[in-house]
Amino acid sequence: MALLALDAARSAGASYADVRVSGVRTQSVETRENRVTDLSDGESFGFGIRVLVGGAWGFAASRDLSRPEVQRVARAAAQQARANRRALERPIVLAPADPVPDGRWSSPARIDPFEVPVEQKVDLLLRANAEALRVRGARFVSSSMDFVRDERTYANTDGTFTVQTVVRSDPAMTVTAVAPDASDFQSRQSDDVQPMGIGYEHVEQSDFIGNAPRWAEEAVQKLSARSVDAGSYDLVLHPTHLWLTIHESIGHPTELDRALGYEANYAGTSFLAPPRDIINRFRFGSEIMSVQADRRQPGSLSAIGWDDDGVPADEWLLIRNGIVTDYQTTRDQVAWISDLTGVRRSHGCSYAQTWADVQFQRMPNVSLLPGEQDLSAEDLIAATDRGIYIQGAGAYSIDHQRYNFQFGGQVFHEIHNGRLGAILKDVTYQARTPDFWNAMDMIGGRRSYRLGGSFTDGKGQPSQSNAVSHGCPPARFRNVTVINTGRGR
Amino acid sequence: MSAILSRDEAKAITDKVLGFSRADACRVSILGRAAFDERTLAGLHANTRFAGNAITTSGESVNVRVRVRSAFGRRSATLSTNILSDEGLRRSVETSERLARLAPEDPEAMPELEPQAYREVPGFFERTAGLDAERRAAAVMPVLQAARRASLQSAGFLTLNAGCTAVANSRGLFGYHRSTAFSYTTTVRTPDGTGSGWAGAAHNDWSRARPQELAHTAIAKARLSQNPVAIEPGPYTVVLEATAVANLLRLLLVFAMGARPADEGRSFFSKRGGGNKIGERVVDERVTLVSDPWDPDLLASPFDGEGQPSERVAWIENGVLRNLMYDRYWAEQRQTRPTGFPAAVKMTGGTAMLDDLIRSTERGILVTRFWYIRGLDPRTVLYTGLTRDGTFLIENGRIARPVKNLRFNESPVAMLNNLDLLGQPMRVSGSESGDVGAAVVVPPIKTREFHFQSVSDAV
Repeated sequence: MALLALDAARSAGASYADVRVSGVRTQSVETRENRVTDLSDGESFGFGIRVLVGGAWGFAASRDLSRPEVQRVARAAAQQARANRRALERPIVLAPADPVPDGRWSSPARIDPFEVPVEQKVDLLLRANAEALRVRGARFVSSSMDFVRDERTYANTDGTFTVQTVVRSDPAMTVTAVAPDASDFQSRQSDDVQPMGIGYEHVEQSDFIGNAPRWAEEAVQKLSARSVDAGSYDLVLHPTHLWLTIHESIGHPTELDRALGYEANYAGTSFLAPPRDIINRFRFGSEIMSVQADRRQPGSLSAIGWDDDGVPADEWLLIRNGIVTDYQTTRDQVAWISDLTGVRRSHGCSYAQTWADVQFQRMPNVSLLPGEQDLSAEDLIAATDRGIYIQGAGAYSIDHQRYNFQFGGQVFHEIHNGRLGAILKDVTYQARTPDFWNAMDMIGGRRSYRLGGSFTDGKGQPSQSNAVSHGCPPARFRNVTVINTGRGR
Repeated sequence: MSAILSRDEAKAITDKVLGFSRADACRVSILGRAAFDERTLAGLHANTRFAGNAITTSGESVNVRVRVRSAFGRRSATLSTNILSDEGLRRSVETSERLARLAPEDPEAMPELEPQAYREVPGFFERTAGLDAERRAAAVMPVLQAARRASLQSAGFLTLNAGCTAVANSRGLFGYHRSTAFSYTTTVRTPDGTGSGWAGAAHNDWSRARPQELAHTAIAKARLSQNPVAIEPGPYTVVLEATAVANLLRLLLVFAMGARPADEGRSFFSKRGGGNKIGERVVDERVTLVSDPWDPDLLASPFDGEGQPSERVAWIENGVLRNLMYDRYWAEQRQTRPTGFPAAVKMTGGTAMLDDLIRSTERGILVTRFWYIRGLDPRTVLYTGLTRDGTFLIENGRIARPVKNLRFNESPVAMLNNLDLLGQPMRVSGSESGDVGAAVVVPPIKTREFHFQSVSDAV
């Protein structure tokens, strides 16, 4: 079928074409308290053909894999490209990529989530809910498991043919405590457990039943927690929190299409622009800051064998000792910066959420590398006189060039003279991205490094969802502005 | 099978599925897109994107998704598929039945609805459905050409959906709704990167599109916004264009107006000591918020996902909270009528134009649209987010100068309480993503004490 699609695309005038045939299975189990609120399976099957005609892209897709429909879709893609040529400023140039005639890759899933009986999943969630509700003051609990298995076949006219199976698992829980007089309510999400690109073993290792009472207790404690005094604090950020700050303030601005204005109408542009003023010149953060991009870390959400351009998974530095060195790229972007970076090949960041969407540049795993010293979060806290320790991700918002951000969290502890103090609430911090990363003065070691991640990162028009991990150690940031969001109560 | 299912084609699919069913009850829905998107129509999705004054991508996809919900007593499960062969549908029915038997009994399970009568909504327009790649390219050219002539950089997105939704169940209920919608948005930036202007429009009917007007507005804003100056954050009188109002209002409706969280004590609309705030004045008395699928500016589905007929629902009337969202179970518990989820919403306004609002302002800030809005505190419906693509200082009734973007921490409830003036309502492209979202009709407003927290360097 893939070969038929490529032949039809060539016949329709394509100088280059690729086809993705994909079958996706999804499963969602959702509960609240003692009941199942949703038990649903999904499957979606179809194909998408992308063509280059006269240097312009065109794309079409269908769920119907019959021979006449494949030929119609190939012609439709070529028609799109021809229509787009009338408004072409410069023709697309693809960076070279070695053909992969028979590539195979699978996520390192030990237990296929779709083979685990549903009643086992329901039983686990309801037992965890019961454990949470055993805690005095915990009134509501919701929990869920989401699984994806995506079997993607890719072929292009350069001679690449790959078959890959991607598995993702995302177990989650939220416990809510309500004050007896309904004057306040507070929630705690299970952010110690992050989505991963592995199988059901992730759920088993997450120990929801063992962890639920602690999450419930922390929700209850937040009811009587002291509301934070706004001001300037040193922040010690745990990896369950810091991954999202990395995602928003480093991951997105190093997307090359944003830097060149391609996402100006929605996701935005980037403060890291133009590339000639940035690459090997711009100081993003302090000397101890090095940031790696990759699609290789085992169990990470972005891990893959070959991207949706047929390019092998890569690993490279975006920031070295605080200086920006490179961006995220696809085959049609490499020529824009290759003279500045010396890199002539794509870093393999092409991705489409389903067969029905065109592929474009999406974020790989973007990770803050650990420091040389073997420090832990406890060491960072012990070295801090007056600060706040933040675990888990809360409300997050960042501007469309990724300068000004504001992030909350799940659990906040004050730090006083090197020791953890009382729990706080209503904490949010605001900063300007380069100021913040230049204020990072301590960082954990290799043993404190762990992965967090997002199941649903949005970008593009129409908006597409991407799953991506971010690794990091805990880190300390000096003199960050903290505001109180409990205003008006 | 055609790209857009006719009533008969949709009914043939639902009949087939119901014929395969061995469950006590079965519901089948026809929806669109892939597994990640629950809402959109089954049928055609097409778009054209542009950036740097050139078309960058365009695409078309055709999909039909069938969702089967099987129930045995109080046990139920759902399966969705886009494999529509007899074998594919039969397997989906069997899988949903197997999962349903494994599910625990749901104490809140509701029986399927009996057959309902639906009043048709004329939301389908051939001229929207017929917008092929050539016509879309022609429709974006006015923006590209105007930006080129002005030596500015345009980016944008024209997208359309054309298709149907259908719902049927084993008690004989059947509903079918056909609809189209487009959204056309553009951002024009100055080459030096110091100015940015946005314009957008959305409707079911393509004849409402005005590409030249969009080009003119976005270009004028890009020029006017060049070299902005920073102003001190704090509380300001603001003139919010209709898009900015829609950005904030959507969140109030989507995230804050559930009846059950209110009754359970975990919502702004919870009453101290129990119950909810229905019947209480919650915002300025000039505010009325209504969902009416037959309103010619809204044209939403005449039924919800369960086949419950849509009705005209007043959420807020003259400032008084009249309704919260009740699903069928919670409505039965509270002995009231289910409202369903608002597929579209309209806020009434006044007669003033945007210019009148600006003219009446001694000192304030004009906001084109908001970005990255996220909830901070559900107790006060407090949100954070930023202005973008056209933020200006108003002095003595005129736009005095462009200002740097600002982060706000504010509640849409406070915004609607501090109202000064309301303009004429209009349909806007209210989603941040530019995708075809729920229909939103709102006025531009002038409101006091809008809290800006910090300055952003983003342009």
